[in-house]
Amino acid sequence: MALRNSGVNPRGFHRSQLKFYIFLIPFAVFMALPIIFIFNHAFKPLDELYAFPPRFFVVNPTFENFRNLYQLAESSGIPLSRYLFNSIFVTVIVVFLSIALSTLAGYALSKKRFVGKKALLEINNTALMFVPIAVMIPRFLTISFIGVEDSYFAHILPLIAMPVGLFLIKQFIDQVPDSLIEAAVIDGASDLKIYWRVILPLIRPAIATAAILAFQLVWNDLETSTLYTTSENMRTLAFFMNTLAAQTNVVVGQGMAAVASLIMFVPNLILFIILQSKVMNTMAHSGLK
Amino acid sequence: MRDNHKNAYLFLLPYILLFTLFIIVPVLMAIFLSFTNFNTIETPEFVGFLNYINLLTQDEIFMQYVLPNTVLFAVIVGPGGYVLSFLLAWVLAQLPKLPRTIFALIFYSPSMTAGIAMAVVWRVIFSGNQSGYFNNLLMQVGLITEPIIWLQDTRFILPIMIVVALWSSMGVGFLAMISGVLNVDETLYEAGAIDGIKNRFQELIYITIPSMKPQMLFGAVMAIVGTFSAGAIGVQLTGANPTPGYAGQLMVNHVEDYGFIRFEMGYAAALSVVLLLIIYLFAYIAKKLFSEEA
Repeated sequence: MALRNSGVNPRGFHRSQLKFYIFLIPFAVFMALPIIFIFNHAFKPLDELYAFPPRFFVVNPTFENFRNLYQLAESSGIPLSRYLFNSIFVTVIVVFLSIALSTLAGYALSKKRFVGKKALLEINNTALMFVPIAVMIPRFLTISFIGVEDSYFAHILPLIAMPVGLFLIKQFIDQVPDSLIEAAVIDGASDLKIYWRVILPLIRPAIATAAILAFQLVWNDLETSTLYTTSENMRTLAFFMNTLAAQTNVVVGQGMAAVASLIMFVPNLILFIILQSKVMNTMAHSGLK
Repeated sequence: MRDNHKNAYLFLLPYILLFTLFIIVPVLMAIFLSFTNFNTIETPEFVGFLNYINLLTQDEIFMQYVLPNTVLFAVIVGPGGYVLSFLLAWVLAQLPKLPRTIFALIFYSPSMTAGIAMAVVWRVIFSGNQSGYFNNLLMQVGLITEPIIWLQDTRFILPIMIVVALWSSMGVGFLAMISGVLNVDETLYEAGAIDGIKNRFQELIYITIPSMKPQMLFGAVMAIVGTFSAGAIGVQLTGANPTPGYAGQLMVNHVEDYGFIRFEMGYAAALSVVLLLIIYLFAYIAKKLFSEEA
């Protein structure tokens, strides 16, 4: 253990690490290939999409597929910008509300003493394994019962309460020393002020992580568009993507589909790259007992 | 701190409200509906355990295809993906920060694509004619002489679904496990070396895993959720529900088939309840394995 170039979290390269690279590289190639493929496929001109034998890499990159996709949506009566707007609008609202509600609840669950706290924690931990798709029918009935189908509420309301987000935030708030809060109380700070001035600034990594998870969930979500909306102009980009997938038999469609995949994927990727160190920081407290 | 209590409830209220409305109520409603006959138009009619009895005795498609498919898919993708993500997490922790971050990003990326966006790409790769990428590759290597219609061939649908699901299974749980391995107290390894631990494998079994049980459990729960959420993948790949010859039919698709195509909501609800029970059972086993009290 004296050499810090071997063992867990080494500082630099050491020959003993070679075997790990040999193990990892085939996996990395397998994992990365489909993603490299969409990047290439999206920029292929028609003759390369048709090419036989098929080619993996693009030779003469072009924006043709982007233009085609734009025109296809345009000609179907609903411009691409509408789907894009719906997706962005819904995503921003859900991410914001989900963070607001989870941090408020997380503060109460972590630092407050009240009746029923243990039960609530237990219920939320059980809900970590909640699979929305399993109860899509009752959720659909709930939506129609409260009368919000085919509106933005139908996209937003079902996705706000995110057990994983609350769990990670609560675990992170557990690390905030109680003495900080006691000091603030002595200074006469109200609960809301403690939440705003003490808790929120200290748990930024957890907020970033919950935001990323919420973003991925909402941005990729198909359930709300397919089941809870009926008019085409209320649907999201993910839904449009999925209908496009049905047309991939047409070679032209393939290029457009790849473009659409790219548009769906890239925001996720960028967000994760920006916030990855915060995510890893939060994950250190993700343990479930 | 006098009105602490009131504030705590106020802070919790909005979350609990939505949590109840969209998580608790749907689950309770599924349980209730599963004991009824409900076609979405008339009032539900109470039928006792009839839906469950039908499920066990009448639904041949369920017994012959859906259940075996789901079990096979879940057992390979769940524990398989879990072991794989732990293994990769452990190996990554043995590398310096920069390569570790790059590899972690590559492994995590597929899980961000969440099925839908990628289904399109898989359909191009597994396209059934000779200009399909996978067919072409196999023909060039000489493994096959005729193109195979991968996504309509009942022999290949489920294996392809499993590969795709495994491909995208390195999600949040994987990240949690990386930081779990990284945060194991280093003095434990030193103490272990003195106590006669000879190699990395022993270290892994006697020190690493026991000291990161909470992350192991979190990862397990995430793996279970991921596995069952990926259930729609067969329909996305083949473009049809039911999937050709029911070869890729999982419980989630079966629920959708009965609920939204045949409008037998009561029966679909019974299927949902069974699915939730299966998920709960998996999580229970994981808890038994990794719980700190055990």
